[in-house]
Amino acid sequence: MKISNRLFPYVLTLPALLVCVGILIPFFTSVYYSLLRYNLKMPYMKGFIWFDNYISIFSDASFWNTIRVSLTYTFFTVIIELVLGLGIALLLAKRNFINNLLGVLLVLPLMIAPALASLIWRLLINPNFGVVNYMLSFVGVTDFRWASHPDSVMFTLIMIDVWVFTPFIMILLLAGLRALPRQPFEAAELDGVPEYYKFFRITLPMLFPYILTACLFRMLESIQQFDIIYALSQGGPGESSMAFQVSAYLQTFQYTNIGKAAAMMVVLWAICYFLCFIFVRQWHKLKEKTRGVS
Amino acid sequence: MSESKMKSLIDSYLKGKVPRRELLIKAGKYGIGFAALTQLMRMQLSTAFAADFDWKKHSGKSLNLLLNKHPYTDSMIANIDSFKSMTGIEVTYDIFAEDVYFDKVTAALSAGSSQYDAFMTGAYMTWTYGPAGWCADLNDYINDPNKTNPGYNWDDVVGNLRDACSWSGVAGDALGGSDSKQWCMPWGFELNSVTYNMRYFKEAGLTPPKDLPEMSDQAKWFTDNPKDWSYGIGTRGSRSWATIHPGFMSAYANYGLTDFDNNGGKLKAAMNSDASKAFHKEWINMISHSGPKNWSGYTWYEVGNDIGAGASAMIFDADILGYFFNGNPENKEAGNFGFHGFTPNPAASAPTPNVWIWSLAMSNFSKDKDATWYWMQWANGPENAMFGGVEANQVNPVRKSVWASSDFDAKVRGTSPGYMEQYESSIGGSEIKFTPQPLFFETTTEWAAALQEMQTGSNVDETLDKLAGKIDGMMKDVGLG
Repeated sequence: MKISNRLFPYVLTLPALLVCVGILIPFFTSVYYSLLRYNLKMPYMKGFIWFDNYISIFSDASFWNTIRVSLTYTFFTVIIELVLGLGIALLLAKRNFINNLLGVLLVLPLMIAPALASLIWRLLINPNFGVVNYMLSFVGVTDFRWASHPDSVMFTLIMIDVWVFTPFIMILLLAGLRALPRQPFEAAELDGVPEYYKFFRITLPMLFPYILTACLFRMLESIQQFDIIYALSQGGPGESSMAFQVSAYLQTFQYTNIGKAAAMMVVLWAICYFLCFIFVRQWHKLKEKTRGVS
Repeated sequence: MSESKMKSLIDSYLKGKVPRRELLIKAGKYGIGFAALTQLMRMQLSTAFAADFDWKKHSGKSLNLLLNKHPYTDSMIANIDSFKSMTGIEVTYDIFAEDVYFDKVTAALSAGSSQYDAFMTGAYMTWTYGPAGWCADLNDYINDPNKTNPGYNWDDVVGNLRDACSWSGVAGDALGGSDSKQWCMPWGFELNSVTYNMRYFKEAGLTPPKDLPEMSDQAKWFTDNPKDWSYGIGTRGSRSWATIHPGFMSAYANYGLTDFDNNGGKLKAAMNSDASKAFHKEWINMISHSGPKNWSGYTWYEVGNDIGAGASAMIFDADILGYFFNGNPENKEAGNFGFHGFTPNPAASAPTPNVWIWSLAMSNFSKDKDATWYWMQWANGPENAMFGGVEANQVNPVRKSVWASSDFDAKVRGTSPGYMEQYESSIGGSEIKFTPQPLFFETTTEWAAALQEMQTGSNVDETLDKLAGKIDGMMKDVGLG
């Protein structure tokens, strides 16, 4: 009975342990593959090459372009979605019928699969019959190339991402706003504190943990974005929208180069881990600050 | 003429010893009409097909197929009951849209899954699947009289197509060479030629283009004078190997250009030769001025949709793309398309289209390969091919007997003006124009990306030099450069 009591806590952690193992096996398999020359169509060449895949991708200009594309995409989507999401959340913070209705309607793009959203937008911006091009023609824009030109493809992709995912940030921040304690705002009201001061010195600091969480989720999603990009441009024109996941997908499924794809995914994991680390550290600092520890 | 002589003539035709034109002329001389000739041919095929062969040998077994959503698939399914009742073999299948189909095939085969016994593929794909050991060498079955019914008649399948599906696995070796393995069998194919809107051309007072410079001029005229149409010429432009293989590669090859120089098995990219650069400039000029504005997103679907909707005046793509869009009444311009065998190079004498072949391959992980072969020889056999060509939509059929049948001839001529003529003028010079090598998808995708860069303003000479350098590096990495 005594032994059972000692074992009991470990039994309780067993499901978590199993999940952990389930996560780690594919991860370590990827790391293992990344050390191999492993192309499915050339099985006779399979063998350990240690870090040659990493050396190969780091010495390839295309890879650095992929990093640039992915980080640019992530930076702009997260910033724009945050600003818009926060703005909309502030407008809808007060509970009334109209705001509640708008809150529901604005979430609709989030219900659409990102690849499908890309296809919808592909029709909207079609130069032959797209409604967006038709509207733009009234303001004198007649030949905007959208996803067909390297100069505009990133803008187009970010626009679609913003359309789909701004509601995610909005819904998270709206929940945060509605959960904020009322006392500081009531005190500020009584003291006649101006609105901008209330926003910057009360609302924003108290909302910051929510903002950080929303940004972290969106950042991880954006840097790994595949559906929107592949459905719209397949990484083109040329290499102008070749993001990480698109490149890894091509390496895996079209080129069957498992070793190189695995190395790319390990690098992506390292980048995500690093960004998460920074975010989580900031979050902890913030938590300590609000507790008055620091 | 004696019956035996006529049978011998048909037999020679089916074995590829007599061309279609000669068969028709000789039959005419002997007083045999087209309809009677077809009847004789069908009788000969049926007699041979039903000859002494134990079709029930694998009765009670079941097969599972991996298929792409395509009219060929639909026509096979429409006739599958005849196979089931003839053999007693149960057949199930999974059908996937083309967007995800090849990913599914790669995933299933690379995992060594025995879930599927046979699958649809393209010939290029077998350059990956074959050497990787994922699909079986069909020579072992085709040449075994115990496994193949005497009426199967492999020689009836167009020779270029048979060759296109066989390869030794050695980079640079010719397709169909003596050491080749038959990785797949042709099931339906596409010749890349011109489909044009006859109404538009009549209105413009034009006839279909003789060569690429004239195509470029006509496309420019249509683009500069928009009316019911928006632009002149539709071709594919997405960042994919599929952009290179239809019109582009057909024209490229017609100019005598190759993708690689082969120096004893060492391949060197040839896209940056002077002649290739000149060709690329001509192609890019045509697309940039007279192609769709969002060309870099164009797959076969957009190319077909645009001519179907009347947005483009002509396309240089698969003949069957025009055929199917012409026959679908939901398309605004359905019924208005003409077909034209196209010789891009003004100095060339005939079309030499690159060919895409929807093929059938047997999984090496199949649980019962002999039973699978029964389905394959039926699906690719003369009777099902005739059913597909005449009763369903198996266009283009791979068997010469179907092309020679009056029913098929009447069906195609009745709906698609110029289609038979473009086939007759193109089939002789059609083959896979790419150098067979294991990095086909890598190199052609890079090539498509380079086309996109050039179309959006990059310097053609520099971009092609960069492309060739990159491809040479890829080849060296795998010991082929």
